[in-house]
Amino acid sequence: MEKNGTLRKEILRYLEKNSRVNLSELAVLLGTDEAWVANEIADMEKEKIICGYHTLIDWDKTGVEQVTALIEVRVTPQRSQGFDRVAERIYNYPEVSAVYLISGGYDLLITLEGKTLKEVSRFVTEKLSTVDSVISTATFFILKKYKDHGTIMVPKKESERMLVTP
Amino acid sequence: MRNPLSKKITGIAPSGIRKFFDVANEMEGVISLGVGEPDFDTPWRIREEGIFSLERGRTFYTSNAGLMELRTEICRYLERKIHVSYSPKTETMVTVGGSEAIDVALRCMLEPGEEVLIPQPSYVSYLPCTVMADGVPVIVELKNENEFKLTVEDLESKVTEKSKILIMPFPNNPTGSIMTKEDLEPIAEFVLEHDLYVISDEIYSELSYKGDHVSIASLPGMRDRTIVINGFSKGFAMTGWRLGYCCGPELILTQMIKLHQYAIMCAPTNSQYAALEGLRNCEEDVQEMRNAYNQRRRFLMHEFKRMGLDCFEPFGAFYVFPSIKKFGMTSDEFATKLLMEEKVAVVPGTAFGDCGEGFLRISYAYSLEDLKAALERLERFIQKLNVTEQ
Repeated sequence: MEKNGTLRKEILRYLEKNSRVNLSELAVLLGTDEAWVANEIADMEKEKIICGYHTLIDWDKTGVEQVTALIEVRVTPQRSQGFDRVAERIYNYPEVSAVYLISGGYDLLITLEGKTLKEVSRFVTEKLSTVDSVISTATFFILKKYKDHGTIMVPKKESERMLVTP
Repeated sequence: MRNPLSKKITGIAPSGIRKFFDVANEMEGVISLGVGEPDFDTPWRIREEGIFSLERGRTFYTSNAGLMELRTEICRYLERKIHVSYSPKTETMVTVGGSEAIDVALRCMLEPGEEVLIPQPSYVSYLPCTVMADGVPVIVELKNENEFKLTVEDLESKVTEKSKILIMPFPNNPTGSIMTKEDLEPIAEFVLEHDLYVISDEIYSELSYKGDHVSIASLPGMRDRTIVINGFSKGFAMTGWRLGYCCGPELILTQMIKLHQYAIMCAPTNSQYAALEGLRNCEEDVQEMRNAYNQRRRFLMHEFKRMGLDCFEPFGAFYVFPSIKKFGMTSDEFATKLLMEEKVAVVPGTAFGDCGEGFLRISYAYSLEDLKAALERLERFIQKLNVTEQ
């Protein structure tokens, strides 16, 4: 069990960085067999430990117009439902890519993807601010992504290691 | 004009690695598997601490033996890792890489004509350092059938009245071989029986993939006859910072510090401050690098098996040492041909001693992508050889 727990973690660490998994290769890297890895992954998908497989895209390089905004939201928690009800009203919008309940000076942090500044501001003024329990919002536009999901987005310098050393 | 050189230095052969480096460096598009240092950058928190120490103006000498804070942290680390206690004050010295410690230890311990038992294949500096210290190197050949572990049988035919020091180069460069506690016990008995001292080069100790590294110094009676050498180059990916250390009995360390004081003064100050951060807060970074190496090691073993390249499974360092004997070429011929035809640089086993003949050192201090690209070329090369053979 202990051993399997460690292997599961290793599978997850690998997938977190590279979801285009080649099962037989992953089995070799972890020193186990392919069927076992496939089973574990299937189980973790069922258990919703693995919630999805995504691709990290640098949209700036594609010419596709896109802006990302971080929005801080202060809300009044609702009786018996706390923040969950208001969070749901927000996360159901498809343009909202993340919603977190956080500690500190405000309550919810939202990541919003829009085509233009205008589209984002329309969402904030028309949809977000009008939700009953929302007290205030503050919107921050992302200007440049240096690092996203643990990946450095700016080009990395070439290795200066010598070719052969003792 | 008189000859400015000593016979001692001119008699020492140049490193066998040099030649490959020169050739490979001139070529375009070479993929190298010939590197003896990590592909990881030094963990950022360590680098940042180095930068901070410069900003703070910590640009002076430290005490000869190294920053007291660092020595204390080294002793704690060794206590934790190999369960041997040393005094940071009298039994610990910070050096310019592990290599300086090898040199200084030999020079402090050898009388002219005394013999040093050097297991080979092993790192390139033990032999020349022994010669420069007026000692006599006695090569102990490690065997493929023993997975390149050192055995008492290997030593028995080589030990003489004059034997004084045994070098213990494990986890081993170039074979990747490790010594478990069970493997070390008979060696320790042998050392006690023949009243030898041990220089244990444990620079790859963090890179052990089958249980924790065991130091010979932790076995009964061994602490006071062993100089443990270690450093930050491999485990912490800090090769260019040039920082190592050694611990051992005060009687020897006092003299080593004296020599180090005259020859070196002290190890680089900002490297010492950076290393402090490494020992205090980088356990996880080291673990992560170890995991990555281990995955690549498994990958290489798997691929070699598939290609039909014979190799025992090594559990240490970041090297594998496959046999190329069945291709009917020397290591040098094979490596040269591989470099010329497929532009893959590996190091012939003979660079690490004559008994490395018939083997190659292949490093896995490369990303999986790089390894895959290199292995593709290696496989094509082997297929061509197989065809010509038939």
